[in-house]
Amino acid sequence: HSNHIQKSSRSYQMHLKLKYTAEQEYPDLSQHNNHMAKVLTSEMYANLRDKETSSGFTLDDVIQTGVDNPGHPFIMTVGCVAGDEETYEVFKDLMDPVIEDRHGGYKPTDKHKTDLNPDNLQGGDDLDPNYVLSSRVRTGRSIRGFCLPPHCSRGERRTIENLSIETLASLEGDLKGKYYALKNMTEEEQQQLIDDHFLFDKPVSPLLLASGMARDWPDGRGIWHNDSKTFLVWVNEEDHLRVISMQKGGNMREVFTRFCTGLTKIEELFKERGHEFMWNEHLGYILTCPSNLGTGLRAGVHVKLPNVSKHEKFSEILKRLRLQKRGTGGVDTAAVGGVFDISNADRLGFSEVELVQMVVDGVNLLVEMEKRLEAGESIDDMMPEQK
Amino acid sequence: QVLIFAGLSQHFLFFPLVAEFPDLRKHNNCMASNLTPAIYAKLCDRATPNGFTLDEAIQTGVDNPGHPFIKTVGMVAGDEESYEVFADLLDPVIKERHNGYDPRAMRHPTDLESSKIQSGHFDERYVLSSRVRTGRSIRGLSLPPACTRAERREVERVVVDALSGLKGDLTGKYYSLTQMTEKEQQQLIDDHFLFDKPVSPLLTCAGMARDWPDARGIWHNNEKTFLIWVNEEDHTRVISMEKGGNMKRVFERFCRGLKEVERLIQERGWEFMWNERLGYILTCPSNLGTGLRAGVHVKLPLLGKDPRFSKILDNLRLQKRGTGGVDTAAVGGVFDISNLDRLGQSEVQLVQTVIDGVNYLIECEKRLEKGQDIKVPNCFGPK
Repeated sequence: HSNHIQKSSRSYQMHLKLKYTAEQEYPDLSQHNNHMAKVLTSEMYANLRDKETSSGFTLDDVIQTGVDNPGHPFIMTVGCVAGDEETYEVFKDLMDPVIEDRHGGYKPTDKHKTDLNPDNLQGGDDLDPNYVLSSRVRTGRSIRGFCLPPHCSRGERRTIENLSIETLASLEGDLKGKYYALKNMTEEEQQQLIDDHFLFDKPVSPLLLASGMARDWPDGRGIWHNDSKTFLVWVNEEDHLRVISMQKGGNMREVFTRFCTGLTKIEELFKERGHEFMWNEHLGYILTCPSNLGTGLRAGVHVKLPNVSKHEKFSEILKRLRLQKRGTGGVDTAAVGGVFDISNADRLGFSEVELVQMVVDGVNLLVEMEKRLEAGESIDDMMPEQK
Repeated sequence: QVLIFAGLSQHFLFFPLVAEFPDLRKHNNCMASNLTPAIYAKLCDRATPNGFTLDEAIQTGVDNPGHPFIKTVGMVAGDEESYEVFADLLDPVIKERHNGYDPRAMRHPTDLESSKIQSGHFDERYVLSSRVRTGRSIRGLSLPPACTRAERREVERVVVDALSGLKGDLTGKYYSLTQMTEKEQQQLIDDHFLFDKPVSPLLTCAGMARDWPDARGIWHNNEKTFLIWVNEEDHTRVISMEKGGNMKRVFERFCRGLKEVERLIQERGWEFMWNERLGYILTCPSNLGTGLRAGVHVKLPLLGKDPRFSKILDNLRLQKRGTGGVDTAAVGGVFDISNLDRLGQSEVQLVQTVIDGVNYLIECEKRLEKGQDIKVPNCFGPK
């Protein structure tokens, strides 16, 4: 069997890939409506297609999900992913305009501010619990030196899992908790995690599947949470780590404080073991999907807004407050019983504190509007300025 | 522990071998039954000349553990060379799937002389339709799990160009999935010709649905009795069919059409992937050899309920499916009955097996109708 090549003979492989012209390889994006398709011209494709990152991630790998999923006339998906930290450099010509389009005009020369000091948040501890049912903050973190979920090998994924288990096991006090590997959990543990709404499933969205993130499922995947069930980490789902702080009621301040404390502690523990998070001063925290760059932060509440949500200016109000609505099942679900998931629309170009502040201030305003409308009064004088 | 390079190009990650080996403890497919750590260690550093790797070949089997009752194959080829480069794994998989066929020791017979078929016109009170399908791959181009967009488009170009040369009762037209009109689409649906983007994770995990529907399409002759799928699960799937029970005529057209298409591509400097050990080379190891499934839709309401039905089918080297195809149930006592085997016997032999077998099943049904007893036939051919 002598007609094979060594996997590592990179120049030979790339040479094979270039057997056909760029034009012959250029995807048909005529039916497409996603950020990648808007930006990737045939010239850009020709310029980038002979490049790859050190781990072998190519342009075709970056864009596969966007080629396979043309998108929706109303919802603009991103249509590309990173396979490693280097993707954002090597494929800059594609990523920069996608990032600019997705993140409100963020320029390649802009700097992103990171602020995980909860003392800088004003208020936020008293969102009206008659309306605000729960509060949650999530983000993601990637471990530098490893490939991201679309591209990582089983060995890398398992190493990430082992590092995470080790690190999380060192958390103490309110953050002390336990790890449940997806492939080892008992039926009882599984049911409990489902009842707590903690368990994540194998992705079914073609947006994720087409990028290869679900390979080898459920190998290397798991869920860690603290004993009080207010701090949760997902390992190797859509990112290396997804970190979530949550609790019932409207004390967003407490949720954010725990979030910052927990994240900072985890970062410290990783550093003690010789690992750091992927971060740089231009893009902030590096994650798989360009939509999650910067803070990767989504701070949100489940809030009862049956009246405001029916107001003709509801969408406009949210837009001005830089907030977005989702159903309580998460992205792509509808609101049930007038209860909405309201969260920050931005991720990059604002700090964590700034984003959580927008949510706190915005939700307070929405609740006040709801009360006015309940009382049969107008909210015309309450319209916010564009933030 | 043995330390090996487990990455591409300059991404040097030293992992113990065991760190990359897939966890197959819950798996029940042919790949999982045959992949040992030793084989993995030997093959994991290799790639075919097109760059297709072992991990890519087995990904579908890692992602789809299988079913306790149905044993799937669990791996695919990305190109013709896969069957050589990964022979240490593919040979035992082929052996298991194809009843002990040993690619190192045996030769596969190819025989498309339809005149050799005996009888083959079924009782049409029972047989509603007859169909023969196979696949063909274009040598020199990667297979659906691995092909680039340009390669896939080249397959389409080569095949469509050749098909435009078909004449007589084989004259037909190509409908590209990206360009068909709504009316054409509806007609193809009504004719039951249109294929959809694969949804089965067995296929999507192998990467076959990438770039859908780019370079995919359907060609059929004007009489709608000869149909070719382009770039679905294989480069081409070739289907001859008609209502009623004239399997001999279906197979005659099948052979004639295939030979004519082969001649047309050869005129243009191309050929099909074929060798004497494995016959016709297709994406899934289960379709090697003839890649042939000859089947009928046949009414067997009484036999279908008889507890001996499965054994009878087994011994006749036949399999049953519902009339929606693989993974569907029989409706109204109508079964899809076809050959079990693909490799190690020729096309003529397999079609004859189906003809003789279905005739036997019809005899059983007639006997049961009259209240007579039936017999389970002896084992037929190689087991």
